[in-house]
Amino acid sequence: MSEAILRVFRGDANGGEEKEYKVPVEEGMVVLDALHYIQAEYDGDLAVRWNCKAAKCGSCSTEINGKPQLACKSRMDKFPEGQPIRVYPIKAFPVMKDLVTDVSWNYETNKKIPEFTPATDEEFTMYQDDVERIQEFRKCIECFMCQNVCHILRNHDRKDAFFGPRFMIKIAERVMHPMEKIDRREFLKDEAGVGYCNITKCCTEVCPEDIHITDNGIIPLKERVADKYFDPLSWVLRKIKGK
Amino acid sequence: MENYETHTHDVLIIGAGGAGLRAAIESSAQGASTGLVCKSLLGKAHTVMAEGGMAAALANVDPKDDWKTHFKDTIYGGKMLNNWKMPFNHANEAPERVRELEHWGAVFDRTPKGKINQRAFGGHTWKRLAHVGDRTGLEMIRTLQDKGIHTGIDVYMECTITHLIKDGDKIAGAFGYWRESGKFVLFKAKSIILATGGVGKAYKVTSNSWEYTGDGQSMAYDIGAELIDMEFIQFHPTGMVWPPSIRGVLVTEAVRGEGGLLRNSEGERFMEKYDPERMELSTRDVVARSIYTEVKEGRGTPHGGAYLYISHKGADYIKKKLPSMYHQFMEFADVDITKDPMEVYPTTHYIMGGIRVDGDTCATTIPGLYAAGEVSGGMHGANRLGGNSLSDLLVFGKRSGEAAAAYANSVSTNLNIQAEQVEAYANEILAPFSSTDGENPYSIHQDLQDVMGDYVGVFRNKENLEKGIAEVDKLKDRAKNMKIEGSRMYNPGWHLCRDLKSMLMVSEAIAKCALQREESRGAHSRVDFEGYDDEKWGKVNSSINLQGDSMNVTTTPLPEMPDELKSLFTEGS
Repeated sequence: MSEAILRVFRGDANGGEEKEYKVPVEEGMVVLDALHYIQAEYDGDLAVRWNCKAAKCGSCSTEINGKPQLACKSRMDKFPEGQPIRVYPIKAFPVMKDLVTDVSWNYETNKKIPEFTPATDEEFTMYQDDVERIQEFRKCIECFMCQNVCHILRNHDRKDAFFGPRFMIKIAERVMHPMEKIDRREFLKDEAGVGYCNITKCCTEVCPEDIHITDNGIIPLKERVADKYFDPLSWVLRKIKGK
Repeated sequence: MENYETHTHDVLIIGAGGAGLRAAIESSAQGASTGLVCKSLLGKAHTVMAEGGMAAALANVDPKDDWKTHFKDTIYGGKMLNNWKMPFNHANEAPERVRELEHWGAVFDRTPKGKINQRAFGGHTWKRLAHVGDRTGLEMIRTLQDKGIHTGIDVYMECTITHLIKDGDKIAGAFGYWRESGKFVLFKAKSIILATGGVGKAYKVTSNSWEYTGDGQSMAYDIGAELIDMEFIQFHPTGMVWPPSIRGVLVTEAVRGEGGLLRNSEGERFMEKYDPERMELSTRDVVARSIYTEVKEGRGTPHGGAYLYISHKGADYIKKKLPSMYHQFMEFADVDITKDPMEVYPTTHYIMGGIRVDGDTCATTIPGLYAAGEVSGGMHGANRLGGNSLSDLLVFGKRSGEAAAAYANSVSTNLNIQAEQVEAYANEILAPFSSTDGENPYSIHQDLQDVMGDYVGVFRNKENLEKGIAEVDKLKDRAKNMKIEGSRMYNPGWHLCRDLKSMLMVSEAIAKCALQREESRGAHSRVDFEGYDDEKWGKVNSSINLQGDSMNVTTTPLPEMPDELKSLFTEGS
């Protein structure tokens, strides 16, 4: 059995430092297993969020060797042997303790999105072809790694102005739902800040569910908003109608 | 003692998986002030891992399906030990609950005619499971979460409840701590719904997440509630086997529902020997025992499992219908299931037993205390059919929410919680911080998991069960003095100390009930008592409650079905 070296951030909102641990590696082991080994054998108080250990719940988002990923999905044998594996909390949200961050902003933001509002009380007739594109968005496991790498949130900290990629596709899933009745374009532009996204596609790259967040979600939303607000013909009509 | 927060609600719901969320939505809709507490972040509860679908006789694919057939399938699957009222309500109401979910935003896979599609599953006569690929649980929890946050519920995330509190014989509140800060919190409530799920973490090889530590069962037991049928643990036939770190992770029954075939190392489709009629789609208890037997008799795969083939369905079909399974095997096991077979072996998955509830209201034996979902007992009898859990959560989540809100409305007296009692609970929870010579909770937990796997597993006998009970007893002693490092802030070692107490309680109940029931029925297989004993054991539930300081294990009569329902079983199926 080989041995791996993990350097794990230990600390809280007031700061902290890396701590080194040696962990035996068995076949197929993932970084989350190594963190559990540390808890059981060295530091029982090492804080890490996790639930399913099967890449289905999106709880264990961390930055491993600088790259945001799910700790339960990061195989130890993918890292170069003999080199330390550095495990840090995701950076766009405040550290609570060790690898656990305060992601409550995401939950507050979600609440601002008006719920799905069906156009009918009758049983839905919808075809597979019509729902497939929103089923893609609904694969989201809310790991918030797209929020973590979004420049608007991570580098510019404009959480006041932009809901972030996770909630762009949440809005997209409602906008593109065949039975949805409300027009969300004004909300998208003024509240959710769809215009802030500059399509660098970093969110799409880190998505563990391979959702094409930018191409299939945000760009079509931008187009819809542009059609309403920036189409010259409708601009003229709005002026005439005084709206 | 130190200061602590207090929150007051009409109805407090503990657990925010499918049952808890559905209960909260209903309670709030009834006008009750509703609080919802969860150990994790919202939307991460174990429901998120459900894969195959939710069973409801919508009759979209097989028009002959109806509630009667679903009811019968559930009772046959439960080997006649169900509390009939629950499958009755479940079969009748599941279709409406599923359609309602669609109006709240769930996007199910469709039939060619644009209706909710349904797939085949073990023990179900017709294609009955509404599904979204193999991630139906995620669809359900996200839909309920998004509905719930707009209904005025107060959500308390990452908060662990450690004790339920009564005033006289009535429920009055709950006490616990915030996981982040470690500070204490008291909830005053006129009624409480437990929706805390199962107990799988008492076993090493399990499909369950860390939250499944039997908190609800144990807290209800502590205040005198009756539990039933704890011996019935469902070992799901198909958990992953290799690599070791992933052992026990679920391989959805939808693989078999979509045409997957089980073979042993000799290439034989061995289900022909065990259930020639239903083959791979036999009930879970039968398939699990069959795989276990094949491996034990030397016809297992290199890593000690059975082969599960789906590659004959073609890569496109597999990626569309079973996308999570495709990725799970590719990423964790380096196996491409569109080309090669999976290796599978039984994994601890679900507990059929739980807190005794009324089949209409979900009321427990404690006034004001309700239970819904996996934490309750009676719905699934001795063996649960796949797909019946998700619809169970919806049907009884709603019913419990309704009943708890109505009960809260009827409580006119002021409920009192004694400060000294709260202080005693706080001291109990803080004890591991002051221990100097206590044990590491992680090692006790590992030992418990070994004991349960070794002595209270798929096949049981008197000798092993007695050993298991003695071992659990020793572990209970060791757990009286545990020691932990660090502060109260987000301290998983400390959290484990309380979880362990719950796991020890449910483990004792499982082993003692298993020893008591001298027959084999559903998921409970006694090698020293093979076959059903309908005369004696087919007529009783196992019953557990706290008497003084010790666990009282006995039997109670099984609720009798009315004649018009009984006739469904004599008309021929």
